[in-house]
Order: sequence, then C-alpha cells, then structure tokens
Amino acid sequence: MHRFIKEVTSVEVFIYGVVNGMTFVLWAVGFSFVYGISRLPNFAHGALYVVTGFITWSFINSAGLPHWLSIILSLIIVSFAGVAIYQFVMIRVRGMPISEIIVSFAIALAILEGLRLQGIGGFKGFIGPGYVLPPFVNGVVETRWVTIDLQRLLIIAAGLLLLGFMWLFTHYHKVGLALRAMAQNERAALMLGINSDRMANIALGIGSALAGLSAIAVMPLGNVNCESGYSVLTNAIAVCVIGGLGSWVGTILAALILGLATTTMSALGGTMWNSVLVFGLIILILVVKPSGLFGQQKELEERV
Amino acid sequence: MAKQISTFERRKERLDRGIKARTEGLYAISSWREVSYLLAPRAGLIIILFLLPLVVPGLYWQRVLALAGVYALLALSFDFLAERVGLVCIGGAFMIGVGGYISGALNYYLMLPVFLTIPIGTLGGALICTLLWVPCLPLRGIYFAVVTFMFPFLTQSIILAGNLFEGTEGLSPIKGFPNTWIAVYLIVILILLSIFGLRRLCGEDIGVVFAGVKDNDQAVFASGINVTRVKIYALYIASLIGCFAGTFVAHFSGFVGVSLFAVDFSIMPIAACIMGGPGTMAGPVLGAFILAPLSELLRGFGQLRVVLYCLVLVGFILFKPEGLLSWATRKYHQIEHWVKV
Amino acid sequence: MGEQKEAIIKVRNLSKSFGGVKALNNVSFDLLEGEVFGIIGPNGSGKTTLVNTITGFVKPESGEVFFKNIKLTGLPHYKIADLGVTRTFQVVRPFLSLRSFKNLIVPLWSSRARRFAGSRGGDRDAVAIDLLEEVGFERDAYVPYKLASALPLGYLKRLELARCLALRPEVIICDEVFSGLSMSEIASMVPLIERLRTRGVTLMMVEHRLRELFSVADKVIVMNFGEKLAEGVPEQVMQDEKVRRAYLGEEIKL
Repeated sequence: MHRFIKEVTSVEVFIYGVVNGMTFVLWAVGFSFVYGISRLPNFAHGALYVVTGFITWSFINSAGLPHWLSIILSLIIVSFAGVAIYQFVMIRVRGMPISEIIVSFAIALAILEGLRLQGIGGFKGFIGPGYVLPPFVNGVVETRWVTIDLQRLLIIAAGLLLLGFMWLFTHYHKVGLALRAMAQNERAALMLGINSDRMANIALGIGSALAGLSAIAVMPLGNVNCESGYSVLTNAIAVCVIGGLGSWVGTILAALILGLATTTMSALGGTMWNSVLVFGLIILILVVKPSGLFGQQKELEERV
Repeated sequence: MAKQISTFERRKERLDRGIKARTEGLYAISSWREVSYLLAPRAGLIIILFLLPLVVPGLYWQRVLALAGVYALLALSFDFLAERVGLVCIGGAFMIGVGGYISGALNYYLMLPVFLTIPIGTLGGALICTLLWVPCLPLRGIYFAVVTFMFPFLTQSIILAGNLFEGTEGLSPIKGFPNTWIAVYLIVILILLSIFGLRRLCGEDIGVVFAGVKDNDQAVFASGINVTRVKIYALYIASLIGCFAGTFVAHFSGFVGVSLFAVDFSIMPIAACIMGGPGTMAGPVLGAFILAPLSELLRGFGQLRVVLYCLVLVGFILFKPEGLLSWATRKYHQIEHWVKV
Repeated sequence: MGEQKEAIIKVRNLSKSFGGVKALNNVSFDLLEGEVFGIIGPNGSGKTTLVNTITGFVKPESGEVFFKNIKLTGLPHYKIADLGVTRTFQVVRPFLSLRSFKNLIVPLWSSRARRFAGSRGGDRDAVAIDLLEEVGFERDAYVPYKLASALPLGYLKRLELARCLALRPEVIICDEVFSGLSMSEIASMVPLIERLRTRGVTLMMVEHRLRELFSVADKVIVMNFGEKLAEGVPEQVMQDEKVRRAYLGEEIKL
C-alpha cells in the first residue's frame, strides 16, 4: 500500500504520464479530426500510421535520403493514400456508418497484414524489431526529479502546437470552417456551395498527414512494427470516445487521463493491464455517457 | 382417329411466369413441374451440404468443413441480428470465446462429458453474452457495433493479465468428439436447423416486430412495446447460435485459449455474410463455405489470406452489396425456357 | 342534464427548456373524458413539445401529468402507450419496409393489445385488415396489402391512427393529423375523427388547420412561446385579444 501511494504520487510517474498523454493526443488528433469534423470513421488510421513509419524508414535506409526529406515525402505519400482511400472506396459507402467502419477497417487489416507478407514477388515482409526511426533530437534533460529525453519533450511541444494549429484552422480558416459546417449540417453546407466530397477528400488528406506526423514523432521512442497499428487505432478511438467528439478540450483531457492512467498502471507493475484499462474505459464511457465527457455533438434527442 | 397436324407456337417464358401468382414468397402454382422449379435449387443446396463431408478428400478437408461450419453459424447470427433486427453486432469472437471457455472449463476442471458441456456452454454462454451486452443496447447503431467489437479484446486482455484459466497456455486437452463424422454432421444439422428456425421466426409475428425495430424503433416504442426487451430476445437467440459454435470449436480442436477471441471470428462472418447475400440466411452460410476453404488454400501464403478476404469484403460492399445468393436467385428466375402456347 | 365528465388527463405546471429556449412555461389544463380537445398556436409555440412531454418522449423539467390519477411524468414512453395514452407523429412514421397491414401487427403484438385481444387474438393478420378497413383502407382495392412506402400521405396519416387504435386506446393525441393533406383527403378525415369520438376515445389534437379543427373540437387552448394564452370554446377563444395578437400581430402606428 505504501508503495502504491509512493508510486502513484511520484513526480516521475506524473511527468511521464503527461508525456504519455501527449502521445495519445498526437495519435488521436488525426482520427478525431476526420470523425469529429467530417463524420467519417477512418478505421484505417492505424494502418496509415504504420505505413508512414515504414515508408520513412525505407527512404532513409534503402534510398539513403536525408531525414527531413524522407519525412516530407512520406507525409505527402500518406496524405495521398488517405485521399485515395476516400475517393475510391469510402465515397461509395458514404452515409452508411457501419459499412464505412467495416470497409475502412478491412482496408486497414489488408494493409497491416499485407506488410507482414513474406516471399511474394521478392517482397520481404516487415517483421521483427529491427526497424527504428531516428529521433529528431538526441540528448536528455536532467531535472531535479527526473531525467527525460528531448524527444519526449518534443512530443509535448508538438502535441500542443498541433492542437493549437487545428483549433485555429477550424475556427478561422475558410476550409476549416467549411469542414465544421459540413459536420454540423451537411444539407445546409451543400446549399451554401460547399462541395461535400471535396471537403471529405481534404479532411482525409489532412487526417492522414496527421497520422503520419504522429508516427514520425512517436515512433523514434520505440520501433516500427505492425502490431502498433491496432493499438494506435484503439487508443485514438479511446481518446475520441472518452473526450467526446468536436471538443478539443475534451481531446486533451481525455488524452491526459489515459496517459496518466496507463503510466500509473505500468508503474504499478502491470503493463498487461493497460489494454484492459483502455478497453474497459471505452466500454464504460460508451455505456454511461456515449457523447463522451465533453462531447458537443451529442446524439440529438430524437426529433419526434 | 383424324390425323391432326397440331400447330402450336412456342415462345420463351421466364421460369416464374408460369407460376400463376407470386407475392412475397407465396406461390400459387399449378403443377408439379413448377413446384420443382422452386424446390430444386433449395433441395439441391441442402443435398450438397449433406454430401460435402462425404466427398471431400481426406480428414484434413473434413476439418476445414467443420471450421467453415463454425463460420457459417457465426455468419448466420450476424445476418439475423444485422439484417432482420437492425443490430450490428461485431462480437462474433466474444460469443465463440465465452462458449468455448465455459464448455472447455467444465470439461477440464469438472470432467463433464461432451454431451453435457455443449448444452450448458450454449445456454449459459448465451445468457452471459446477452447480460453483458444489455447495457450497450440503448446505443445507436455505430456505437453498438464498436462496443461489441471491443468486448473480445477486453476479455482477452483480462484473461491474459489476470492469468485466468491458465492464461496464455490455455486449457488442454479438452475431450473431443468420438469421431470427425459426428462432429461434421452435427454442425451441418445445426446449420440447417438454424436457417430454418430463424426463417420461421422471422415469418412469425415477432419477426414483424423485429423488422419494425430495424425500420423505426420510435414507432415501436409508441406502439407500447419495450424495444429493449425485444432486442434482448433477439440477442439471446443469436448468442445461442454463436456460443454453440464456440463450444464446438473448443471440443473440436481440443484446446481452449485466448485464440478463441481472435479477430478472425468477428470479421470473417461479416465478409461471408456480405459476400453470400445479406438478409437471406442461406447466403451467409454459402459465403462461409466459400471463404473458409479459400482461406485454407491460401494458408501457405501466410497473411495473404487475411488480405484476401478483406479485399473480397471491400469489393463486395462496393460493387455487389446484394451478395451472391440474391444475385443467383435473380438470375435463376430470369432463365427462360420454351413453352407451348 | 349530463353528468360531470371526469378529467382523464390532468396537466399541471409543465415546463421544459432546450438550451436557453423555454419551450414550455408552466402549462396546465384538464382533458375531460370523451371530448375532442384542440391545441393551437403559431409555429414554435411548444405544441409538439407538449405532446412529447405528456407521452414520455421528452422529460419535463418540472410539472406533472396525471392519467386517471396515475402519474405519467417519469414513465418511459412505451409504458405510457401501454396504459392507453397513444400518439401519432407529426412527421408520419410508418414501417416503410413492411406492408400496410403488417404495420399493425407490431402494435397488436404489444402486451396491451394482447390484454384486450379477446377470442380473435390469435389471427393478427385478420384483425389488422379489419382495423385498416375501419379507418378507410378499401379492402376490395387491396390497399391494405400495399407496401407502406407506396401509400400516399392521406393513407399514411390514417395508418398512424390505426396504429393507435390497435392498442384500444383511451386517449389519442394527434400531432397535426390534417397537415399536408389535400382538401378531399381532409374531407374524409373529419368523419373518421367523429367516428373515433363516438367510439369513446378521447382526442387531443394539435392542429394548424383551424376551420377543420373547430368543426370537431369541443374545447381549445391556444399556446404561444410555451405559455397557455387562452382556453375555452373555439368561438370564444378566437375573440380573445391576446390570441389575435399572437396570430395576427399588432397594429403598427406609423
């Protein structure tokens, strides 16, 4: 018990929890943007995340390109991939949410499992822990309580910057406002001349780029592998569900809650219980308060 | 007897034109020939299903058939819930896991024989599944689907983290069926019983209520019916089928572990359902019996089979959402034959 | 001298806000048994919210509704229908994928219908078709067998009423039954309303078409901005100053 309290209230756990929370923010921003703003459940989010990692790795290692160039190229590629997914596949099931989920998840599965293939046409699959992305900055910062590497601090900064940018974008930029309009009332937006499909394409392009960005920022902490595709998707969904859609405040808070909770859980010695925690929270919130803690786009009461 | 040169004209006529009146599956027919036009394909499919275990080459393929049967049952329960009641429940793996673990545990810890564990696993498992899903019922379509999808993962994590039921190792060995023939025919019979049973159910008045729930549940509430209670009935029935499939898998493979909660069991039935013909009950079974052997054939290519049935799923949703069986039925009725005028 | 009719529904101080908008503001009235009671008022005056609150589709902030001394507020909507207080929807909600008579199987399956079923309870199809005939679906033209999605609005409105009738209701709350109908369709609806009244059903009708409503209503209340402006016999109510101002506006002195 004593140890429990000591662990839970230690500064180290808190700081790492915050960092973890920011990681959740990075993971969730892309998914939340596409679903919260454009009502498209892009379950291929995790797959796009992993794909960015592998493409960047390939550019750096197989093609020998400099770090920054690989990043830019892979972000562009993954944006186009997201747009392609919308333009060729999801556009046909638009409006039927179950089919959208099934279709995007099937594509995600196909991509993720496909990356594990071996021996088809000489394509050696991406298996094993050997794929590592270099971090942006090396070095650590030593503070009084805890030693933390700069990459993690970068993540916090990146998360905050990204959120701020997305908020400004959706509140002040013409395209961002158009996207919000579409989410609130598609018919009215159409009548004002906002092209629904073009907006969805843009949304998905931005969302995929965000997924890629989070990949580049977070993957240097560990390695690039296919399994993370599923966990990233789950975590993104968790943040959106718990925080509620359409609310950036909710996203931050939910991400922080999840980050602190999982870090505390790991500190207590049960990394295995992390998934139980995440899944349990998702189910709990969905059952108790489906619009999330701060959800603004509540399921409107049935207009009888 | 005068010799008459009988002149008659022939014209092409569709198979069902000869049938005097047809409305919503009720046929007024005038001859045995027309009866056979309708019965033959259906009887044919049933006979094929019965003969399949006999004609497949070898024990390995019989096992594949049994697995296809499991997927068929899952696809049936998904189809029933999604197309007839409007509940999209992507929790096939959860039903398999619960049914499998209950009957496996009963056999492993309590040494209960197979003919007891299977019914207990089915009925008890369905009870547990329904009870656990009841709080999720008020959720709107997409959220319900996501939640039911999460359940198998949650249970898997709990079992692994808490090292319950021997955790990663699982329970083994579990007593199996006396021989493969019994197992395979058991599942074939269950599939046929389920198809006919579910169809009959949907033809009854409660089936109309299910259709009403799918169509417009506010109106059902306004008719004085507690929609949640109706959904519970439907969930229980579907879980019975799913959990039976789970008990079957447990005893057939002789092993119970977290692999029972594999995402395969949740996604494959959807692919089978959409490919085979959603809403027709028999279509999903057909889809399962096509996809399962196909994925076995491709087992040598590793993960390619997952890629394959995902692509099949996407392809069918996009281009042929009516499914194979509905398409085939349509084409069958468009066959023309020469008829005397 | 007629006996004092009982108040079958008592509404007391009902209030409801959505966000900052007060949709219902302290509304109270009594509905007497067997009468046809009209609720009128300009758009947005809270008429439909009133119906939703009484029938349990929306929870009020404060106030109570009593049906024969049973408190309705707080009960779920299907329970209220089960007690005998039924409603139609302003935007009709039939089961479009089912045939018209199959539409009625759903309410006939409910426990209330089963309680009142009697000897013919088993054959719901036949009961459904008889019910449709009563509301004016021509049996000879096979109208009851048509898919609900193929019916014109007039028939759909009658299907809504039939859905309520299948429950052997004591009260039917009609939400704009006459709206969207052509003159001939209305002409055939009014006798139906009269027929319902002779059967002993108490009707509460929210309406915009004042002429038709006044030809059947015994009493009328006028609502505006969520408040009850006036209550009384139709002619009397239309003379009321407040009502005139609400509908017609004030004179502007230039």
